[in-house]
Amino acid sequence: MTQATAAFGSNQPTPYFDDVIKKFVLAATFWGIVGFLVGDFIAWQLAFPALNLDLEWFSFGRVRPVHTSAVIFAFGGNILFGTSLYIVQRTCRAPLWGGAALGNFIFWGWQTIIVVAALGYVTGITQGKEYSEPEWYADLMITVVWVAYLLAFVGTLYKRKEPHIYVANWFFLAMIITIAMLHIGNNLAVPTVFFGGTWWKSYEIYSGVQDAMTQWWYGHNAVGFFLTAGFLGIMYYFVPKRAERPVYSYRLSIVHFWALIFLYIWAGPHHLHYTALPDWAQTLGMTFSVMLWMPSWGGMINGLMTLSGAWDKLRTDPVMRFLVTSVAFYGMSTFEGPMMSIKAVNSLSHYTDWGIGHVHSGSLGWVAFVSFGALYYLVPVLWQRKRLYSMRLVNLHFLIATVGIVLYITAMWISGIMQGLMWRAYDSLGFLQYSFVETVAAMHPYYVIRATGGILFLAGALIMAYNFYRTIKGDIRTEASYEAPVAAAARG
Amino acid sequence: MSFLRHHAKFETNVLLLMVGILVTVIIGGIVEVLPLFTIQETIENVQGIRPYSPLEQAGRDIYIREGCYVCHSQMIRPFRDEVERYGHYSLAAESMYDHPFQWGSKRSGPDLARVGGKYTNDWHVRHLTNPRDVVPESIMPGYKFMHRPLAYDDIVPRMKVLRIVGVPYTEDDIANAKADLEAQASSDANTEALLQRYPKASLGKKDRTSEKVTEMDALVAYLQVLGTMVDFTTLKSDAIR
Repeated sequence: MTQATAAFGSNQPTPYFDDVIKKFVLAATFWGIVGFLVGDFIAWQLAFPALNLDLEWFSFGRVRPVHTSAVIFAFGGNILFGTSLYIVQRTCRAPLWGGAALGNFIFWGWQTIIVVAALGYVTGITQGKEYSEPEWYADLMITVVWVAYLLAFVGTLYKRKEPHIYVANWFFLAMIITIAMLHIGNNLAVPTVFFGGTWWKSYEIYSGVQDAMTQWWYGHNAVGFFLTAGFLGIMYYFVPKRAERPVYSYRLSIVHFWALIFLYIWAGPHHLHYTALPDWAQTLGMTFSVMLWMPSWGGMINGLMTLSGAWDKLRTDPVMRFLVTSVAFYGMSTFEGPMMSIKAVNSLSHYTDWGIGHVHSGSLGWVAFVSFGALYYLVPVLWQRKRLYSMRLVNLHFLIATVGIVLYITAMWISGIMQGLMWRAYDSLGFLQYSFVETVAAMHPYYVIRATGGILFLAGALIMAYNFYRTIKGDIRTEASYEAPVAAAARG
Repeated sequence: MSFLRHHAKFETNVLLLMVGILVTVIIGGIVEVLPLFTIQETIENVQGIRPYSPLEQAGRDIYIREGCYVCHSQMIRPFRDEVERYGHYSLAAESMYDHPFQWGSKRSGPDLARVGGKYTNDWHVRHLTNPRDVVPESIMPGYKFMHRPLAYDDIVPRMKVLRIVGVPYTEDDIANAKADLEAQASSDANTEALLQRYPKASLGKKDRTSEKVTEMDALVAYLQVLGTMVDFTTLKSDAIR
């Protein structure tokens, strides 16, 4: 088998297809940096609108989907493909179904989709639905690649030599199936090209209130499955692996898995509180969102408690710091989310930066951090290096990125709550106290702080990329190693 | 424990696991989404809602193209401050011909659900050209490139597709689409038939920088009709309960 690679730390060949995993790892690193860079650029645009340059290709409205797609589907997508196909081969003790050919088809297909979609956004080709902006032809390409991914994943599960399917794979499978359902359900559209129009325009079959509900059934579960279930799969493999401890509770993983995927689907209407969506749907959405807190924390507890007996690794392993901090952020944002879905809280938080802050505590703190942890684990293994070029640089990345996140989310909490309060403030004569634009002007300092936090987060990712470059090159940095004080003392 | 033994069936059978997942994730959508298509009261029965005129629809397509919805909502919530700031709270009926909906999720700028008629055409053109000329603190991008001619060769296919997805354009509407579009963007056209088809349409040339129909003309025509179709002075509260 030409694709076979050697097992970690030995020259024994393994039967796994790892070349394609390497490509996903490199692509994820690249798109992550692109996504963070574009995100920070549009953050500065909100502070200094001259940065829109009065050019259509640089205006906030067109570039913002480039940021969201780049971080969710390009960075997150490549992470999910890479980690899931790495994990499914190992936990099934079976090589990838479809082999290198199918793996490469998924890889190149996905990169093509990213480029096609992003070029569309900046030239004004969009469906106008958040996180679902690609037009019909890109949607079809996504469908084809996604089916190939389903086949590769399920085929590998089917050929497994382990009797049981490992818990990480349940989460990946739920993600693949549900995203397929959501993607098709939310993107049903009629292209104008079949009626003599242009090929880059279509109209959604849904309208108004039904379209809103369908969109947030999709949108919230793009978060719930793509960015949560899939990344829980990552947690369930890399946290036990890195901690060298078994998963804390098998029973808890069963209960929180089924509860999580059942409840998540219902949570969409909390994006539509107090809108023209019927009240019964809003109430259902709020109720299920609050209930969702429990299975979410089930996952957090299972992740954190896996560290039982291995907490000292936080002192000696900076990669573990990323993984553990990510689970803590997961716990925090899955408490904040249910709280914000309560209608009374939502009446203040909705339409403000609080929502933006909430999303980023989840995406930067949870999704990106657990991804960084997985990447730092994977690079030396895949390229068969003894260890990373520098663990000190991993720690530097961790510190810089954490400070960046804290600046980001605190700025957005303040600006969001402040703007929400200003909108509803009345003066002593009973008039609205602030014009809208006064509330915009009040946001300025927080937008600067947020964008500064973004720079730090981006800088951390660049440090990671440099560390990968040197690791793959085969360099090892001469540096003081991380070890337990006991060991250091014993050595004298 | 028996529960664990039963669960082993899912863990050892890929097909069963897949079916179990699909059944589990499909229920929420069936209960929450599908009834909205069948329950009559979902969309209020109010007078005045009509499909967009060809020029307004072309403007709406520009609104979508530029991603205006990432900063502007079109959904006024039933709160005292929102109703005082923006006008009557939004009805489901008011976006029933919106493919796709543009309710938005973030207000980096104000809500636009009832911006129609609030400002003059000239204000809109100046504001879109460079927002800081009229609102110094604004953080909105400038859209001076919208003074370019509007591409409307494909307005008929667009309206045909909209009819397929449920917008009740008549044969007459589609046959007159181009003429209606040009008439609405002209200051000296006969607009009697146009207004019969599209009551309350905002008439006249908006963008004075060009003789041709520009993207600015279309976008401003769309903005000026937003939220104006329903006459709330005569609407009985029972009708929207």
